[in-house]
Amino acid sequence: MPGKLKAKIVAGRHLPVMDRASDLTDAFVEVKFGNTTFKTDVYPKSLNPQWNSEWFKFEVDDEDLQDEPLQITVLDHDTYSANDAIGKVYIDIDPLLSCEAATVISGWLPIYDTIHGIRGEINVVVKVDLFNDLNRFRQSSCGVKFFCTTSIPRCYRAALVHGFVEELVVNEDPEYQWIDRIRTPRASNEARQRLISLMSGELQRKIGLKVLEMGGNAVVGYLQCFDLEGESGLVVRAIGTACTLDKLIPGTESKEPVFSEDPPHPLSVPPTPLRTLPSSSSPPPFSPSKPCSRQSSSSDTDLSLTPKMGMGSGISVGKEAGPLKTLLRQQAQSALEQRVHFFSDPVYFQEFPFFTLTCFPPGFLVHIGGVVSARSVKLLDRIHNPALGNTRSYKLLDWNSVAADEPETRDAWWEEIRQEIKSHAKALGCHAVVGYSESTTICEEVCILSASGTAAMLNPRFMREGSVCVYSRFDDASPPSCGFCHIPYDEFNMPFPAQLTYCYHCRRQKVPDVLFTTIDLPAEAAVTGKGCLIQARLCRTKKKAQGEVNATAISNLLPFMEYELHTQLMNKLKLRCMNALFGLRIQISVGENMLLGLASATGVYLSALPAPGGIQITGKTPSDLSYDQHISTMQKRINDTIAMNKELYNIHPLECIEEVVGSPIPDRQRSRLFRSTSESSDELSELDLSHGKKDAFVLEIDDTDAVEDIQSLLTDAPMPAGFYSCNTEVMPGIYNWTSGLQMFTSVRVYRLSNANLTNQGLNKIFTDLCENLLKSLYFKLRSMIPCCLCHLNFTVAVPEEELIQVRRHTPKHTSPILYIFPKNILVRSGENEEQLQFSMELCGESTSSNNQPTAKPSVSSVDYGSFADRCSTWLELLRLKAHTIRRGSVKTKVRSRSLRSTRSLPCGAPVTVVKMTPLSFLPRTRIVKYLGIINMFFIRETTSLREEGGVSGFLHSFIAEVFAMVRAHVAALGGNAVVSYSMKECVFMENPNKNQAQCLINVSGDAVIFVRESDQEAIPPLIMSGQPSTTGADGTT
Amino acid sequence: MSVELDVFVGNTTIMDEEVYQFWLDGYTVNDAVKVRMEGGVLEECEASAEVLRSDTMDQYRTFQMCERLLHSPAKLANQLLFQIPPHRQAMLIERYYTFDGLFVREVLGKKLSKGTKKDLDDVSAKTGVTLKSCRRQFDNFKRVFKVVEELKGPLVENIRQHFLLSDKLARDYAAIVFFANNRFETGKKKLHYLTFQDFAFCAGQLISNWTVGALDNMVEDMDVDLEKEFLQDLKELKILITDKDLLDQHKSLVCTALRGKTKAFNEMEANFKNLSRGLVNIAAKLTNTKDVRDFFIDLVEKFIEPCRSDKWTAGDMRLYLTHYTNSAHILDTFK
Repeated sequence: MPGKLKAKIVAGRHLPVMDRASDLTDAFVEVKFGNTTFKTDVYPKSLNPQWNSEWFKFEVDDEDLQDEPLQITVLDHDTYSANDAIGKVYIDIDPLLSCEAATVISGWLPIYDTIHGIRGEINVVVKVDLFNDLNRFRQSSCGVKFFCTTSIPRCYRAALVHGFVEELVVNEDPEYQWIDRIRTPRASNEARQRLISLMSGELQRKIGLKVLEMGGNAVVGYLQCFDLEGESGLVVRAIGTACTLDKLIPGTESKEPVFSEDPPHPLSVPPTPLRTLPSSSSPPPFSPSKPCSRQSSSSDTDLSLTPKMGMGSGISVGKEAGPLKTLLRQQAQSALEQRVHFFSDPVYFQEFPFFTLTCFPPGFLVHIGGVVSARSVKLLDRIHNPALGNTRSYKLLDWNSVAADEPETRDAWWEEIRQEIKSHAKALGCHAVVGYSESTTICEEVCILSASGTAAMLNPRFMREGSVCVYSRFDDASPPSCGFCHIPYDEFNMPFPAQLTYCYHCRRQKVPDVLFTTIDLPAEAAVTGKGCLIQARLCRTKKKAQGEVNATAISNLLPFMEYELHTQLMNKLKLRCMNALFGLRIQISVGENMLLGLASATGVYLSALPAPGGIQITGKTPSDLSYDQHISTMQKRINDTIAMNKELYNIHPLECIEEVVGSPIPDRQRSRLFRSTSESSDELSELDLSHGKKDAFVLEIDDTDAVEDIQSLLTDAPMPAGFYSCNTEVMPGIYNWTSGLQMFTSVRVYRLSNANLTNQGLNKIFTDLCENLLKSLYFKLRSMIPCCLCHLNFTVAVPEEELIQVRRHTPKHTSPILYIFPKNILVRSGENEEQLQFSMELCGESTSSNNQPTAKPSVSSVDYGSFADRCSTWLELLRLKAHTIRRGSVKTKVRSRSLRSTRSLPCGAPVTVVKMTPLSFLPRTRIVKYLGIINMFFIRETTSLREEGGVSGFLHSFIAEVFAMVRAHVAALGGNAVVSYSMKECVFMENPNKNQAQCLINVSGDAVIFVRESDQEAIPPLIMSGQPSTTGADGTT
Repeated sequence: MSVELDVFVGNTTIMDEEVYQFWLDGYTVNDAVKVRMEGGVLEECEASAEVLRSDTMDQYRTFQMCERLLHSPAKLANQLLFQIPPHRQAMLIERYYTFDGLFVREVLGKKLSKGTKKDLDDVSAKTGVTLKSCRRQFDNFKRVFKVVEELKGPLVENIRQHFLLSDKLARDYAAIVFFANNRFETGKKKLHYLTFQDFAFCAGQLISNWTVGALDNMVEDMDVDLEKEFLQDLKELKILITDKDLLDQHKSLVCTALRGKTKAFNEMEANFKNLSRGLVNIAAKLTNTKDVRDFFIDLVEKFIEPCRSDKWTAGDMRLYLTHYTNSAHILDTFK
């Protein structure tokens, strides 16, 4: 019994009128934790009641403290009939359980009702007295800190990184219980909200236990997801990276070698002045992605087709000349030795050497191999038993047993995928996977599980006890600005064919020609020019099918989609004259009769990598003169675009001063880029051809599809002047951020009018949608120019035709619908620039039927140089006058003073301004304290859709309410910002015929306190961060 | 393909002042899009009409959601739903409560009742202000009126604090409330040449000189009503016109003071008795509510029009009235 929870209800304000007769409310409050309930007195006839209750004390297990939310219900007293509920507040008390986080929750919290939305606010104070429990067998894990941030939190230092932790919890979805037929929508929604709150509490506790077992004290990069599997239940799963974090004493942090400090200006100092600057020779080498089939679908489930492809960071053996050969041999040898070394390092012994981090302390990341990803199609089996009218209750009876082994089934599925990822990483010569993430899409009974990450070699010192303080190079002294680009695999035994060249930066080691990763650009990386958002979009039709057939069809389509997405990415990358992708997220969503793929990443020109080659177009029938002409105009347009983009992104790599003797810079590498449009199996054989030994990057126009492809390549609307966008945390090449930021969420749903669309038609529509969305964003943010949209995160979903379903009434829609949800902007402004960033999420929609663990899934996996599945983007904005969003301060104070002088107005300290950002930091500020994780789940439902302004009005106010609730909870914890904010889930269902709609939203982030850095203060960290890289470089030269 | 749903929500609520104005002016989304397109925003940002429409819709929705809060502006500062920087809040409120001079002239002095609201479509047709905007403005008047009606203390200050308006706007509202409360007739044809600001000036003068609050700030009463006692006292002025001697005495005092100072002296002298009679009669009748309503029309008919027909200048008028008042003070009766 090691905890005492205390709660006090102070007052309410802006309550709704519950008694029409008097236009007032007789409100009282129920405070519930676990099974204990307390009540306040009724405060009669007021919309601004002052309860000033005593302290309600709950004596509870810390296990319960972690699992249960504190539930506050505000009711209207009614003498004659049942008391009417006004609304509820769920308070997650987890932040109070860690001594380093918040100590008290106190403030105005919105009273929320799932039918009416926010109805007034309540002022509460919550505290916890925790007694230490030293019991080894305890079930609780109080004190383990959780961070959504995917880098080492700013005011901590990583003493040790233990590794991957995961857990999942399964339960029945209350929405699908038989009792739901008789209870009110409100009761059902509340049951669901409460259950999910409980489940995430439990999940967090279990993960915490694992962390304690590993000897850690924190989870970084905590990613929690829900799978709403409909009748087969509700899965809550989470992954994260266990760490031991030491708190930095404020003030000293910039003096220590802080691994958490990301140098904002790594490039402001040329890393190695001694060396001639690297550059590319004019006809730069290039090799396109090579299909390399490493396929695992080993599982029982196999409908698996073998996706014969992988996108490699293409590498091929160079033909080096004499003197270098020996050196190379030596290097190869040392590489082998390293590998031996790795085997003994701690990472190797982990079952899954995965890291959910995307941003690392300098020196942590040694080499990057490329993106590894795996997908598996599983079938959630439906119970078809029409004879038994009461399937549901039957299921209920059986539930316990089913539920008991459900987690195991799900666990096994994920385990399978993780093994696959691990083996892919190994094939790339890497012992770890960083930037790892998992996701699912569910459509009816088909469920696609995806995992992706970046294969990498890490510095094991961070995994060992007591190592950390000094950055010592584990590897053979690669300069930090290019070391991570060097290939981790043995060049004579490459996992896939690719072009290798000597690093353009240090000239000592080999680098691939293209690098794809899921992580953020390492702070120390040397970049030429600016980065930009690159998106590949793809739509494929699919026949409507059921069950196994459907799953097979999907898994057959997947590899082609991945290949094509990759091709698109590659082309767009070339077109922008860039050679690396960061933050790659690939999302594939399934609809009833189509599959959607959306890949977003941030393209960069890494100075260490060779310059990308151009794109050449050839026709199949050279005899035709007009055709030739057509091609040459096209070619010209492409060349013009490339030249224009070079200007736009400021990519001017220095010309090579002196050609390194024998450096294997080949002439134009020629290879063909093939398209896999049709389903025909010949494609596979053709794919093999693309293991190109041809001498240029060629787009062959052999059919109309290809023409359209090139068209679409060229018609990507250019960003308006003054806008920048990327999906990583920071925009490569832009360093003068301002502190003004603006986060936004945008959701769009399109209805496709014609169900008989072709692939091309759909592609066009889809691309237009995405482009329009971006255009719309640019337009809205035009007043913030120059601005950068960062962490732009797209989520897309194809709700099935009948998706539109509220509370299980039979839907009547017949056309498919596309949902696009972009999310999160931040505006930042600096000395004379302002940036704006946001992440967008396109959210998905699906209803799935009940399943049995005995699914018939098929696994398909693709492994290539780089790929991922969710998309995040940021746009950045630069502004000439730093002003825009200035909050709080003078005006508010004046206002509040005048308010106080007025007699009749209800109380009002001004509302604390809470910033929200999908970034892990706030530019030009210093985070002084992490207050705990925010993880909230809301359901909103309406039966008066038209009255609330239709679907748009409904969702608009719901999202605004969710923001308001997040802000209020952060403010109550004493914070003034949410970092690493993300909207994980946004499921929307409507039934306009019944005037109903329902929406579920899950958001998460880290509540923090930040202080503004004065400009003077801002400088030292820059210098400090510059230092490690300088030392690193010195060592190598 | 059609857009089913299109929503954009920022953590800091993003608002475009131009669109806000369209919304306030009662433009429909389509009209607003049209006007914006003509305004050239499109060329500026290479956006399409669709983008513009979606943006306009978003903004309109935001404004609609904010409207409830704008009805009691104090709430805007401590509500949690929208995070709006204080200077934007001030802008939102100020613009929301800003009204059209043309429109307000139509309802000035009218009872702010449902009946008047029903006639707003006529007003709209007459003034060219959209009906929606008319309704908003009318409701604003009514809302301010209702809140202030019950409150004690200085009218302008009450309005300023409750509706967080600028001083200028608060004064205008005070005038509107004052006129509505006293039901001054302003709609007669003869008064048409007067603008709202003319009336607002008068209202300011009346409030600061003729109401209870005007005399004694400590008195816990409101500024909305004219002070009864004062009006009663005005009756005593009748002596100025009923007593022949006093009238002559007054006239000679005024004429002595005016002689040589104005071109219109002859007319002033000739008309003195008529004008003085007019003024005093108006003053003496003010205890009658009906006559209070006709205050302005009476002033124009009985005083301003005769003066105007004699081609007085504004300076002449000021001069005349100053001496008229001063001379009265010298008379024995008023000492």
